[in-house]
Amino acid sequence: MKIHEYQGKAILARYGVPVPRGEVVFSKDEAEAVAKRLGTSVVVVKAQIHAGGRGKGGGVKLAKSPAEAAELAGKILGMKLVTPQTGPEGRIVRRLLIEEGLDIKRELYLGILVDRAVGLPVFMASAAGGMEIEEVAKSNPAAILKEHVNPAVGLQAYQARKLAFGLGLSAEVAGVAVPFMQSLYRAFMDADASLLEINPCVVTGDGKVFALDAKINFDDNALYRHRDFRELRDLDEEDPLEVEASKFGLNYIKLDGNVGCMVNGAGLAMSTMDIIKLAGGSPANFLDVGGGASAEQVKNAFKILLSDAHVRGVFINIFGGILRCDVLATGVVNAARELHIQVPIVVRMEGTNVEEGKRILRDSGLNFTIAAGMKDGAEKIVKLAGGAA
Amino acid sequence: MSILVDNNTRLIVQGFTGKEGTFHATQCIEYGTKVVGGVTPGKGGTKHLDRPVFNTVADAVRETGANASVIFVPPPFAADAVLEAIDAKLPVVVCITEGIPALDMVRVAAVLRASPTRLIGPNCPGIISPGKCKIGIMPGHIHKQGNVGVVSRSGTLTYEAVGQLTSLGIGQSTCIGIGGDPIIGTSFLDAIQMFNADPDTHAIVMIGEIGGNAEEQAAAYIQANVKKPVVGFIAGQTAPPGRRMGHAGAIISGGQGTAKDKYAAMQAAGIRTVQSPAEIGATMAEMLNKN
Repeated sequence: MKIHEYQGKAILARYGVPVPRGEVVFSKDEAEAVAKRLGTSVVVVKAQIHAGGRGKGGGVKLAKSPAEAAELAGKILGMKLVTPQTGPEGRIVRRLLIEEGLDIKRELYLGILVDRAVGLPVFMASAAGGMEIEEVAKSNPAAILKEHVNPAVGLQAYQARKLAFGLGLSAEVAGVAVPFMQSLYRAFMDADASLLEINPCVVTGDGKVFALDAKINFDDNALYRHRDFRELRDLDEEDPLEVEASKFGLNYIKLDGNVGCMVNGAGLAMSTMDIIKLAGGSPANFLDVGGGASAEQVKNAFKILLSDAHVRGVFINIFGGILRCDVLATGVVNAARELHIQVPIVVRMEGTNVEEGKRILRDSGLNFTIAAGMKDGAEKIVKLAGGAA
Repeated sequence: MSILVDNNTRLIVQGFTGKEGTFHATQCIEYGTKVVGGVTPGKGGTKHLDRPVFNTVADAVRETGANASVIFVPPPFAADAVLEAIDAKLPVVVCITEGIPALDMVRVAAVLRASPTRLIGPNCPGIISPGKCKIGIMPGHIHKQGNVGVVSRSGTLTYEAVGQLTSLGIGQSTCIGIGGDPIIGTSFLDAIQMFNADPDTHAIVMIGEIGGNAEEQAAAYIQANVKKPVVGFIAGQTAPPGRRMGHAGAIISGGQGTAKDKYAAMQAAGIRTVQSPAEIGATMAEMLNKN
């Protein structure tokens, strides 16, 4: 789960991480009032969307007076912000963070994530603050400093010192940066984050260190023990169909093709998309109905798939094994009847009672095509859906 | 032969009396797996599926002589269950549970590194040595005893590949689902090393997916050490970057972990790759006929 910058900063502040003073606003008038309250000669107006590169897209501006802050807020609120991470469709800006301007001397990158290759959290730092870390990793990987952390003892002071001096910080600034980094690590672990990035982390003219930006992603698997994070979710930032699917416990990701896919299991669902592409078509979605693929889930999945107006056909690919195909087929037939499905449906299924399952589909009088295997099914549905999207 | 599990495996089930534990333990017993008991805290001293139930893994191991465990415990309690199995010094622990917090697995992995236990999973279908022992949720009947080792991050996609092999008359030595999470106990590299050392495994099917670089690591090992034929497939060639494709570990992040990179690494290592999941079985058949 992703959250906004201002929400991330509020979490960090609880761990003693210095962040610029600021408030979230939803209107011009609020922006002006907050700018007045901050009272600094410069305030920063920052669009709050769940994507990086906001500055490049024109979503971060400096204002020299509360009136200018209001004017900029008026322009940015409601705009479609396009950044390298949003894709060409962009995101509508609905919230702004109004913050005090700081006297910035240096910009650094700090980040924490789990290094899956070694199974440990890794603290990363780079002197190239403000740049995308992926770019640095590609162009100059040696410029990224890394410290793996033993979860039993946490980020030790010596590790933070290695990073701070490695970044070329003075002894005085390093003395501030070390507890700063240790606080970040504690926040990462306590929040069950999957990613925590401060880009940039800044050193000011008077030698202070601030988190100028904050990106925190939470591990969805751990949300059950962070009930307070639920209210941080912003549904405006998510695809409405994906939000709907998540209510049913369905793993659904919308893509831009025209062949709807309903599959049990993530690996099979991904490779079903792949084989549709190989057959000359284009998948409309990733959808994993789960290992069990119950009749109820099949119905829910149909509802989601058919809400996508681009879908011209549906490929159901279920490799059950233990799953009974007659039960599955009955579920598919009932859902197709109840929802008055008009588009062609190709069904490929394997499992117990597969012949009985096929008979149920054939005898239903509905527009089902039964496939002999994955390849056959993909070719049939691509043809029925009218070729490539 | 086979790897990790066979006729000598004596299995206990953690989460034995729950719905999932009961269903799949029954299936394992029907397949012929020696299920010697189970653990459900608070139900020690009772019987379930005609087998003894214990309060702790330590009790179960002491009383039954178990040498393997399978875990069907809900995500909030699964890390604890794995740690309990490690503490009881079980040589093989299979964790089926999907949805364990990543930082729980970070802590488990730290303990696991210092122990002799071989953990398979989590978020996996389990492991089967056809005709000998099935530990997990895979359909037993699609398998056939033989000489091809199968290793995969996925569940149903593995069944797909196994189904193709069996229908072509190609049996399997052991099929191991290593799991779709970012932090897992047994990697591709671990599994490939065991298959390479197993004289009765003559060829290997390796089914990867987007995310991480475990396929690349295994490919480097294969290039240097494996003479047995290997067929490779990667799921997620059409997956968009930055999105988690069902599995917690299936994500292209920062341009890393793409299917393209993994295919390139496998091809460079001399692995016979297939672009279509429907061709895994036929390609293996072709390679075996050549040898």
